[in-house]
Amino acid sequence: MMINNNRKLMRRSLTVLIIIAFASIIILLDTKTIGDNYVRRILNLGAIYAIVSVSMNLVNGFTGLFSLGQAGFMAIGAFTVAVFTVPVELREAIFYIVPQNPLVANIELPFFVALILGGLLAALVSILIGMPVLRLKSDYLAIATLGFSEIIRIIFTNMKTITNGALGINRIPGIPTMWITFGVAIVSIIFIVLLINSSYGRAFKAIREDDIAAEAMGINLFKHKVISFAIGAFFAGIGGGLLASLLGTVDPKQFYFTMTYNFLLIIVLGGMGSVSGTIIGSFVVTAGLEYLRIFDEPLTVLGVNIPIFRAGFRMVIFSFLLMILVLFFRQGIMGQKELSWDMIEGWFKRRKGLPKKGKVDKGGTI
Amino acid sequence: MLKIRNLNVHYGGISAVKGISLDVPEKSIVTLIGANGAGKSTTLRSIVGLVKASEGEINFLGENITDMETTEIVTKGITLVPEGRRVFDNLSVLENLKIGAYLQKEGIDENIKMVYDLFPRLRERSWQFAGTLSGGEQQMLAVGRALMSKPKLIMMDEPSLGLAPLIVNGIFDIIKEINKQGTTILLIEQNANKALKIADMGYVLETGTITIEGPGKELLMDQRIKDAYLGTSKK
Repeated sequence: MMINNNRKLMRRSLTVLIIIAFASIIILLDTKTIGDNYVRRILNLGAIYAIVSVSMNLVNGFTGLFSLGQAGFMAIGAFTVAVFTVPVELREAIFYIVPQNPLVANIELPFFVALILGGLLAALVSILIGMPVLRLKSDYLAIATLGFSEIIRIIFTNMKTITNGALGINRIPGIPTMWITFGVAIVSIIFIVLLINSSYGRAFKAIREDDIAAEAMGINLFKHKVISFAIGAFFAGIGGGLLASLLGTVDPKQFYFTMTYNFLLIIVLGGMGSVSGTIIGSFVVTAGLEYLRIFDEPLTVLGVNIPIFRAGFRMVIFSFLLMILVLFFRQGIMGQKELSWDMIEGWFKRRKGLPKKGKVDKGGTI
Repeated sequence: MLKIRNLNVHYGGISAVKGISLDVPEKSIVTLIGANGAGKSTTLRSIVGLVKASEGEINFLGENITDMETTEIVTKGITLVPEGRRVFDNLSVLENLKIGAYLQKEGIDENIKMVYDLFPRLRERSWQFAGTLSGGEQQMLAVGRALMSKPKLIMMDEPSLGLAPLIVNGIFDIIKEINKQGTTILLIEQNANKALKIADMGYVLETGTITIEGPGKELLMDQRIKDAYLGTSKK
């Protein structure tokens, strides 16, 4: 018992240490003591991708709904932030072909209000879409949500008086500190984790595992599917809003369905049904896509120019790495497990070649 | 407790249950036997609201539940142990049980203890994924999960399906034990011999209609049933 208590204490203090270390790294990055804008941009992007991916994992990995509508919901959040946070005096210059609709032209909202509004609008649209679409299953659901995501994008392309159409909106006020992206990411992820561990989360998982049995247990399938779908859309909208502010510009072309595939890739890579896996996946994919850029630059070995090193080659490498991952780690990095001290200790024990202890106590999840 | 009058169920244009009537008295074991496609599972599914009856009335504790949603019916005290167990494979045994208590607001911990006392094997495997349990353990879990909602009436759809004879005996002992603790049981079985032995009342369903009914012991002796389901007379 003593040993067990000691171990718990050690784990707890290690967790606290990791949190402190994480916070200090962000503080150092934020005050520009370490790192450069490039690193900060990648980390911000990683945090935003984490929000969207975890919310997509809630829908796809935990509730078992194969939904591919994430890009559309992000577009809603992104355009809400763009339309309402650009300073009123700049708007005439941005909407120089078609003037902005007078209904919204003079409304300027604080960033967080616009961000939440974007999330709520995305959730509202998702409920309207979900009513008919969530009666479908698997592939059919994927096709329908993908279609709706494209419809949202096309509507935005054509709502010129509000969204400025294909020209998009630029000069969106930027994010002053990394704490906004990371803060929102942490709060969102904590919310989703709490949701997953609540009785709602259990109902979601039951629906994923076997909808007929879940229904026989008295779980209202439709209600829970809509709830999960709407919460997923809400956080996608939040992620979209943050992205708009981070990039400073939005246009509908950013929200092609290919964007959804990035998130799908992240959750498959991280592990369907694992929050920690998804977070790891988000940062690995964002950073990976950037740092593989060395393959995009011309390479000369011993005076010979290697012809395959040219723009776009990194995607070949990236795809190749993905194929390896899918072949050898079919469950993704984490599968359905969550990162925990038990797991980390397990790795060390295996590495040292010590036999694993028979009984492992639960808890100690980071 | 449960009264069914002239129940008709259609799947599209096909009629699966054609005007059956049956009674399940309180604290009894009633069994519904019949061949494949006789309409046994459909009857259970329509009682719990998973399929809607096209005609007839289902009455539970004096209340008409024919058109209620499954959620409501489960709250009233009826649960279904679905055919083929249908446990949630990638969730732990404990999580499976908690989902069974989804509509319960309180008393979940006592319920879990009650189920674990009934099935000590499940307590040992509390953290294990349900998909890794053996067939018999999965059936225990399916029954335990159904008990989590504190049902007054528990309906079991072929609990012996695909299990070894020894384990089937165990399952039937458990059914008797659950009944002894005061829960009414409506049992569907292909294993007519075993089911009729423990049943107070038996109904024989053939292509959607009830052809024979009577106390379990009597049905065991019935020549028609012996011929059709027990297979004892030919020897």
